[in-house]
Amino acid sequence: MTRSGSRRFRQILLHAVLGPLALLWILPLWIMVVFATMPSNAIFSPNLNLIPGDRFMENFRELQAATGFTRTLLVSIVVATVSTALSVMLTSMAGWALVRYRFKGRAMVIALIFGTMTLPYFVVVIPQFIMVARDFGLSNTWFALIVPPLFNSLGVLFMRQSFSMMPHELFDAAQVEGVKEWQIFTRIALPLAKPTLAALSIILFLASWNNYLWPLLISNQPEMMTAPVALGTLIGFTRVSWGAIMAGAVLMTLPMIVVFIYLQRFFMSGITAGAVK
Amino acid sequence: MTGVTLRNVRKQFGSLQTIHGVSFDVEPGEFVVFVGPSGCGKSTLLRMIAGLEDISGGEIGIGGRVVNEVEPADRGTAMVFQTYALYPHMTVAENLSFGLRMNKNPQADTERRVAEAARILQIEPLLTRKPKALSGGQRQRVAIGRAIVREPQVFLFDEPLSNLDAELRVQMRVEISRLHSELGATMIYVTHDQTEAMTMADRIVVLRAGRIEQIGAPLELYDNPANQFVAGFIGSPRMNFFAAESQGGGRFRLPQQGGAEIALSLTSPPAPGAMAVVGVRPEHFVEAGAGACDLSLTVDVAEHLGATSYLYANTKAGEPVVAQRAAAREASAGDRISVAIPSDRALAFAADGARIY
Repeated sequence: MTRSGSRRFRQILLHAVLGPLALLWILPLWIMVVFATMPSNAIFSPNLNLIPGDRFMENFRELQAATGFTRTLLVSIVVATVSTALSVMLTSMAGWALVRYRFKGRAMVIALIFGTMTLPYFVVVIPQFIMVARDFGLSNTWFALIVPPLFNSLGVLFMRQSFSMMPHELFDAAQVEGVKEWQIFTRIALPLAKPTLAALSIILFLASWNNYLWPLLISNQPEMMTAPVALGTLIGFTRVSWGAIMAGAVLMTLPMIVVFIYLQRFFMSGITAGAVK
Repeated sequence: MTGVTLRNVRKQFGSLQTIHGVSFDVEPGEFVVFVGPSGCGKSTLLRMIAGLEDISGGEIGIGGRVVNEVEPADRGTAMVFQTYALYPHMTVAENLSFGLRMNKNPQADTERRVAEAARILQIEPLLTRKPKALSGGQRQRVAIGRAIVREPQVFLFDEPLSNLDAELRVQMRVEISRLHSELGATMIYVTHDQTEAMTMADRIVVLRAGRIEQIGAPLELYDNPANQFVAGFIGSPRMNFFAAESQGGGRFRLPQQGGAEIALSLTSPPAPGAMAVVGVRPEHFVEAGAGACDLSLTVDVAEHLGATSYLYANTKAGEPVVAQRAAAREASAGDRISVAIPSDRALAFAADGARIY
């Protein structure tokens, strides 16, 4: 087989494997869309087909009537957006400090930060709840929804790694030019870390958007309820409104797709091409 | 113009001392090159002058002012890095003006400086491009331009040509020398390439393991090396060395060369029996019989450069020797040739490497 023929064969083989796998990945999403357009009782019909029905608006109206879903969606958008922005800011500053500054106990600080990654969330959540809700009395506040989950050791690890991969001569050059440390961080390091920032933003946004346990614990009033918690209320002991739940799930998926499409353009590598050598 | 003074400068990383009490003066407007093998501390010394490394002891002065505690930006220096260190997300013009803009320099003055630097380095057509769209030589010009716009008192170059190909390196070498005469600024230049050092420097500082081995004008180091290290480091191909034993009165026996003897004119010859090294530069060999001591060589590799030939050969005892011969165009591997060491050009070194005068 010629060299180009063998390359073509490899391509076909690759697509033959990846194509069905991609369909398999899409299938649950498609079923969600189909279920969102069907009455709840049709979902468990033995003659299930995978063609969407026409009941989406009815399901949505049921969802809205039961939970005030548009408001919960708004709360989720505010919480996820603000906490992602703040968390990216804090973790990148922490990562920068760990790369740029040599101080006594630095290794210990790094070990402690990364050590928190080994703790299961459920170990932290109860003391955190007691502190925020009982000691500070901050239940049902924006502060309680946004601030406690802000510090993210994975984010610090991400940003530290990204900054430490950058050629340090860039920062030395700026330092010799009299550029302030804060300007070096904001004007050089952060723009060069865009791909990492984009990836981290998606991870943090997704984590906040899907967060169920903490908002469930800390906000029990309807006006401070997030969308996942609202969907959870539709699961009753005697009746589960699957159509409404799936309609809500579809609406919850849309912002994630928007965020991903917006940020994926930053994923391209090679942004530092030409910096050195 | 501004000079640079180093007084007993030391650098310590934990228990490891890398710079051992270095002292010297760079005169205003002088072009000084730090040269030495990898790890000799030349870049560390430059970074200490720039303020990018703290100094563990001693004093650094720029323009008569001690700058030990002065921030890098306030030392009146500008630095060009080996890796160019251009900001990849900025255009050439933005790269040049970045430092000035961040320091709130008046816009008109910034534009004037950028235009002037671009004119000097002939990079005007590149101002709107980003670094990734530039060749290696263009990037290095931009990096130099970024130093020029600061209008520094002292330029610091950290192996700026190491990443360029041979032809471009020669071209940029000439350009940097031209820049030095055009700007008249003090320049300190670090390289491990002794050819760069020889061709560009007013004075060369030869460093080894954090200590100065010798300071001097290029030809002074070439003709009068203070020790065997400098003799071997300066000059390409390097000086040939032969193990020798003093016979007293400046006479040396070369035990590896069948006991051949050579008499050198020395003012303080070593005592009889002392071990020594005799050094001869490749171009100083003369025809057999015309010197003080003949050597029989077997050519291993012959490099014919047109005007001259370098013959990489071995003595009978297997010692490698490089001989530069103008009339050896026919020589090839396996040929046996004879050359002689001239007593008036050979140098002698003690067993510890110090020059014997």
